[in-house]
Amino acid sequence: MRFVTVSGPPSSGKTSVILKTIEALTQSGMKSGVVKFDCLYTDDDKLYEAKGIPVKKGLSGALCPDHYFVSNVSESFEWGKKQGVDILISESAGLCNRCSPHIKEILAVCVIDNLSGINTPKKIGPMLKSADIVIITKGDIVSQAEREVFASRVAAVNPKASIMHVNGITGQGAFELSTLFADEETETDTLNGKSLRFSMPSALCSYCLGEKRIGAEYQMGNVRKMDVDNG
Amino acid sequence: MDRETLLKIDFRLLCDEFPFTKDFFESQGLPIPEGSVAEFVANLSEEKLEDLGIEPDEFIESFVAFVDAVGSLTEKTSKIDSLRIIGGQNKFGEAEDIDIEIKAGEIICIVGPTGSGKSRLLADIEWMAMGDTPTKRHIKINGNDADKSWRFSPEHKPVAQLSQNMNFVMDLSAKEFVLIHAESRFVTKPEEKVDLIIEKANELAGEKFDADTPVTALSGGQSRALMIADTAFLSKSPIVLIDEIENAGIDRKKALELLVGEEKIVLMSTHDPILALMGDKRLVIKNGGVSKIIETSEAEQANLTGLQELDKKLNDLRNRIRNGETLETI
Repeated sequence: MRFVTVSGPPSSGKTSVILKTIEALTQSGMKSGVVKFDCLYTDDDKLYEAKGIPVKKGLSGALCPDHYFVSNVSESFEWGKKQGVDILISESAGLCNRCSPHIKEILAVCVIDNLSGINTPKKIGPMLKSADIVIITKGDIVSQAEREVFASRVAAVNPKASIMHVNGITGQGAFELSTLFADEETETDTLNGKSLRFSMPSALCSYCLGEKRIGAEYQMGNVRKMDVDNG
Repeated sequence: MDRETLLKIDFRLLCDEFPFTKDFFESQGLPIPEGSVAEFVANLSEEKLEDLGIEPDEFIESFVAFVDAVGSLTEKTSKIDSLRIIGGQNKFGEAEDIDIEIKAGEIICIVGPTGSGKSRLLADIEWMAMGDTPTKRHIKINGNDADKSWRFSPEHKPVAQLSQNMNFVMDLSAKEFVLIHAESRFVTKPEEKVDLIIEKANELAGEKFDADTPVTALSGGQSRALMIADTAFLSKSPIVLIDEIENAGIDRKKALELLVGEEKIVLMSTHDPILALMGDKRLVIKNGGVSKIIETSEAEQANLTGLQELDKKLNDLRNRIRNGETLETI
């Protein structure tokens, strides 16, 4: 089975892009499935179901969503195999822009949109920087000049990525993206033993453990302080 | 410059030769290195690396790839003299019997009802299809298949798209806006380009605008004029795709002349009779395939003058309305 990790900021158009891409994959005779990871709530699984796409939903609730992702991705992969799909796509939102679900030797896609502001590529960490493919959405809403500026900012932070424009509404570009998803090189048997492309943040402080009170005396573990006195 | 030198040379010397290398560090939110790039990476603290979200090896690879990519952007990119479309099949699998060559400086109109397959044709051109899209079309550039890697690199994007939507998200003045675009294209004298673009845009726009006007305050016509001038002089893409030019606040004839004058291939999706007759040919799309190619005949061209007079007449009436006049006699 082939596996693809798709990530991106909330509302960047991940689900629309995946739906259109699966449409194109289905036309070329490939069966796809989706694992949707979200934090508190998602209805997106219904959108996939409506199209007859096997979908599994995982809500991280009180846990860090990316840690939840990596703790469940291997089992999700096995689920995909049982569904008999040719391609399994994981969809997860990068919430703090710091973590990334991307796995070594597994096709990694980041979706970001033109409306998010030209400095956004700088602000997104490994999710964007370590992706193989960067999809830029909502290009129909902005001018050609802005599309070019935005794409060049993306290229500056991830010069190795293939950068593509996909329109989640009309599906323009989705066929082209599907040819990359169908790439034979991404075929894999198991995720066990594979490695994340970048470590997840080492946050283990009193607040991770449920502390609510504010003040230095309540803070323990991995705590970093801003330098408020200088600069 | 080879990889070894690139990483070992003092960064100040590197900047003298390739000023754009600074942009890589700026875009990552890093200070400009003192000493070589290799030293800089070796001296990054664990904490800093973690904040950056990148492994040291990967950082170096990224830097090398950036220099390569921008290097190829600043070089003169290969020109597109001709674009050939070889037909595939329509929605029903019937053969699309066309083989057309379009030369730089030509204007081709694409006509057909909504949903007929205009977008797919434009997408095939943008993707430089090699029989590997649903339409099975082949697109040849200068007589040859295009390099597949071009499909994914923004610097080689062959097609610039001017959509009807001319919204701006950035809140900048017209001048700052064009300057940011020029800088992202790494042009050598960005200020000169900016002045040229604003000047040309004002020649197209019905109502003149100042370089300091915020882009969000431009009228529809002014925005279109600015984007057309910007595409003509800043976009590297040799093919321009236009989705209708609305007949308000812009001199459409001059706009097309400006694009064609820069040796671009103009493909225009339009149903406007004046624009259609300004084109050299019209591709008629039906059921997902090109069903007919019409060359603008002499008789049609002769009618263009009459149409333009009609158009001018309507425009004058519009202006009279704008100025608070009545239309009791027209």
